[in-house]
Amino acid sequence: MIDTPTVDWLALSPTIALLAAAGIALLSVLLPPWMRKGVSAGVALVGFVVAAGLAGWVFDESAAPEALLEGSMVRDQLAALAQLILAVTGAAVVLASWGERRRENHAEYYALLATAGAGMVFFVGAGDLMTLFLGLEWFSLCLYVLVAFDNERETSLEAGLKYLIVGGLGSAVLLFGSALVYGATSELSFGAIASADVASDAFLYAGLAMILAGLAFKVSAAPFHMWTPDVYQGSPTALTAFMSAATKVAALVITLRILVTAFPAQANVWTIAVAVLAAISLVWGNLGALAQRDLKRILAYSSISHAGFMLMAVAANTALGGEALLYYLVPYCAMSVGAFAVVAARERELQAPVTLESLAGMGWERPYHGIALWIFMLGMAGFPLTGGLFGKLFVFSAAYDAGDWWLVLVGVAATAVSLGYYLNVVRWLYMRTGTELRVALAGGSPPRDSALNVAIAAAVAVTIGSFFVVQPILDAASDAAASLPF
Amino acid sequence: MLTTALILFPIAAALVVAILPLPRETTAGLALLAALMEVGLWITAVTQFDFDDGSLQLGTTREWVESLGISYSVGFYGFSLWLVGASVVVFAAAIGYALWAGRERTRAYHALMLLLLGAVVATFTAQDLLLFYAAFELMLIPLYVLVGVWGGERRQAATVTFVIYTMAGSLLMLASVVAFGVTQGTFSLTAGETSDNVWIFLGFAIAFAVKAPLFPFHGWLPLAYREAPVEVAAVLSAVVSKTAIYGFIRIGLESFPEPADDLSGLILVLACAGLVYGSLLAFRAPDLRGVIAYSSMAQMGLITVGVFAFDDLGLDGAILQSVAHGLVSASMFLLVGMVERRCGTSDVDALGGMARGRPSLTTVVLIAGLIALAVPGSATFAGEFLIMAGAYDQGWGYSVVVALGIVLAAMYTLRVISAILHVEPGRAVRKEALDLRPGELALVLPLLLLLLGLSVWPAVVSQSAFAASTLAEILP
Repeated sequence: MIDTPTVDWLALSPTIALLAAAGIALLSVLLPPWMRKGVSAGVALVGFVVAAGLAGWVFDESAAPEALLEGSMVRDQLAALAQLILAVTGAAVVLASWGERRRENHAEYYALLATAGAGMVFFVGAGDLMTLFLGLEWFSLCLYVLVAFDNERETSLEAGLKYLIVGGLGSAVLLFGSALVYGATSELSFGAIASADVASDAFLYAGLAMILAGLAFKVSAAPFHMWTPDVYQGSPTALTAFMSAATKVAALVITLRILVTAFPAQANVWTIAVAVLAAISLVWGNLGALAQRDLKRILAYSSISHAGFMLMAVAANTALGGEALLYYLVPYCAMSVGAFAVVAARERELQAPVTLESLAGMGWERPYHGIALWIFMLGMAGFPLTGGLFGKLFVFSAAYDAGDWWLVLVGVAATAVSLGYYLNVVRWLYMRTGTELRVALAGGSPPRDSALNVAIAAAVAVTIGSFFVVQPILDAASDAAASLPF
Repeated sequence: MLTTALILFPIAAALVVAILPLPRETTAGLALLAALMEVGLWITAVTQFDFDDGSLQLGTTREWVESLGISYSVGFYGFSLWLVGASVVVFAAAIGYALWAGRERTRAYHALMLLLLGAVVATFTAQDLLLFYAAFELMLIPLYVLVGVWGGERRQAATVTFVIYTMAGSLLMLASVVAFGVTQGTFSLTAGETSDNVWIFLGFAIAFAVKAPLFPFHGWLPLAYREAPVEVAAVLSAVVSKTAIYGFIRIGLESFPEPADDLSGLILVLACAGLVYGSLLAFRAPDLRGVIAYSSMAQMGLITVGVFAFDDLGLDGAILQSVAHGLVSASMFLLVGMVERRCGTSDVDALGGMARGRPSLTTVVLIAGLIALAVPGSATFAGEFLIMAGAYDQGWGYSVVVALGIVLAAMYTLRVISAILHVEPGRAVRKEALDLRPGELALVLPLLLLLLGLSVWPAVVSQSAFAASTLAEILP
């Protein structure tokens, strides 16, 4: 008789809910064709909403962190809050995906989306190097397929291949790093690595560097970002929204967790490394975005620069930094999903890639989408009346508090540069008209897409709401940050 | 509570105007009504305000981000009450002008104007650094669109330079806000925390110097003032620039007494340079808008001299001059707009001879011009005199420069008056160009009447801007 470990089903429930949703969504291929899309999307939506509810419940019930399954998983408020953000993001993405014109394979799309969500939800609760890698591959494999999902489009296939190769490299680096760390410490679980006797410093530092690099691929921090613009551009737009928001949440939260719990003794090294990554991302992301004409590429580079801002918070290595990161994720996810949703709407209307030129006059023709995109751009630039302002403020405060005042100045300069492209989008929306540029106008009314509009409205509400209702979000963030041993 | 009402009412009105699908005239009329009601609210605030009491009045404080010490805290001091007064009046006139000029895309236009009004009032009343920053930044959003969409031919270039300059300043201010807030543990301005860090002060000072603008941070000014719709230019020069003065007094002097004192020499020299340089540029500018734009820069230099005179006379004069200049430059810009609508240009060369057969225009331009050039007895003269007297303590040289500034002001203002009214009729002036219509008079006359009232009784502002206890706090 083998002793089975006790399983904390509640802690695993968000993952299980999403897996169940994926399974049921797949079964919808047994239904008549006209029902498949509705049923699979509905099931995926329900799955994400239920997962969000369960994650909220776990958050309430986990005042003290608990190790699960021999330390391979962690149940704490950090994981629960990240799961909540991930699940809500996923639900918004399901809504944004609804109007995608796709002839078949609806069931597979939504099933993969829910599975990817389940993988991320699992990933943020990882407690040792095994589950870390397992979770990473779980959601990455789903994303590789999803990126290449529109296989009648060349760009989608190209993006899928690129993502597969570069992502595979990232995973391999992470795995190799994990092996080195295990070799140096003979431990797998994060807590045990921190307290283990280190056999070889060189192995440990090399392993730490490789783990950091592997995660930086997923965060799309420069200089590990090169896949980002191409993949974001080529993927189905609703999926790009998911990748830019959810993948970042998962990867950043786990980066914070592993660095703080497994490598506190090496903090003097990795804080500098992360600060440098942040600075490079800020510089490269913003300068890169200035040169782009395609809106998805602009947003891709902007997501690199946001990775830089959030890594600033990680580099602080303080509870304040953890709070800042978790707060930042909330408006960031909303703005990111919202902005890509507007791009998706424009793309569906024009049946062409959305460039700056094709935004000309959109603010006046499609006031709802125009105002929404305006708000998201201002939010990403950190203007008031959006949570983006507080996100920047908290991140800067954390960095200043940790003594990284030079990083604050880099962040300020990066913000100044970022106005160049964020306000440029606003300029095209409102200050250029399509007729003067002789761009082919879509004309008439846009295709009705209530689900997408609901997702955009929710994103606007969160973007603006997180400016006025700061304290509750910050309280949750500080509870979550408290579950790490700063 | 009244302060909050003054901030939220225009923002709520902006939402209503933006959402209700009303006909154009009704929309614009609704916006004007809202602006007038805002003036009414301000008058209520004046009646309830006790000018002898130096503490924060009519305020509200609510926790916002407790863990970082950020609060929603607003309220009035005497000087901010007067600055808000000038703002609401100028906005009412500007929105009235937009109604009369019939701006395209009416709903968006008026919603943005009202949003801007709310942001301006919030900036003048903010008692928390973060709230101040947010309001200060928020002004930029409507301004960006107002200039970029409804501006003149080179509006895009104007918005780009305007935004680059302003944001460069604002972001330095954000860094300073973070540094101040984190080191003091609170963002509140009422907690009485002071800092002696020169770098943090510089971050604020540069942001304000760009907004004012002070020499040499004025690169955005000529394009923005020339390309903006004329009533937006009026608001920019009359009201938005004064937020810098408020910032210098409320944050610069009160929270950074030592750095402000240390750097006052530098700031005074720059302000004086801007006063002379702006005046000379105004004298040489080829168009009316350019003249008023550069004169506005000169006047901001003058007001800054008053602020950094570290003297009660200087501060009183700075506030009086802020209010008076706000009303004058708004009337001048609106008058230029009316001339532009008749002649299609504001080039000095192409204008002239409009006095003949146009008595209302002549009278109004003359009155506004005379007040602008600070004839003895006018409110602007009183303000400039107070500033000159206040600056004397810092060094007689500053007073001489201020006096020189007054002479130069006379030169460029007389040039404007004669360019519009006198000499031979210019090529752009057609015989059938009408005199001012009653609607236009209704926009400008209230501003001029207020200026005349202020000329008769300047003490109403200068004596009540700072209560004795406030002055004791500000001045070393």
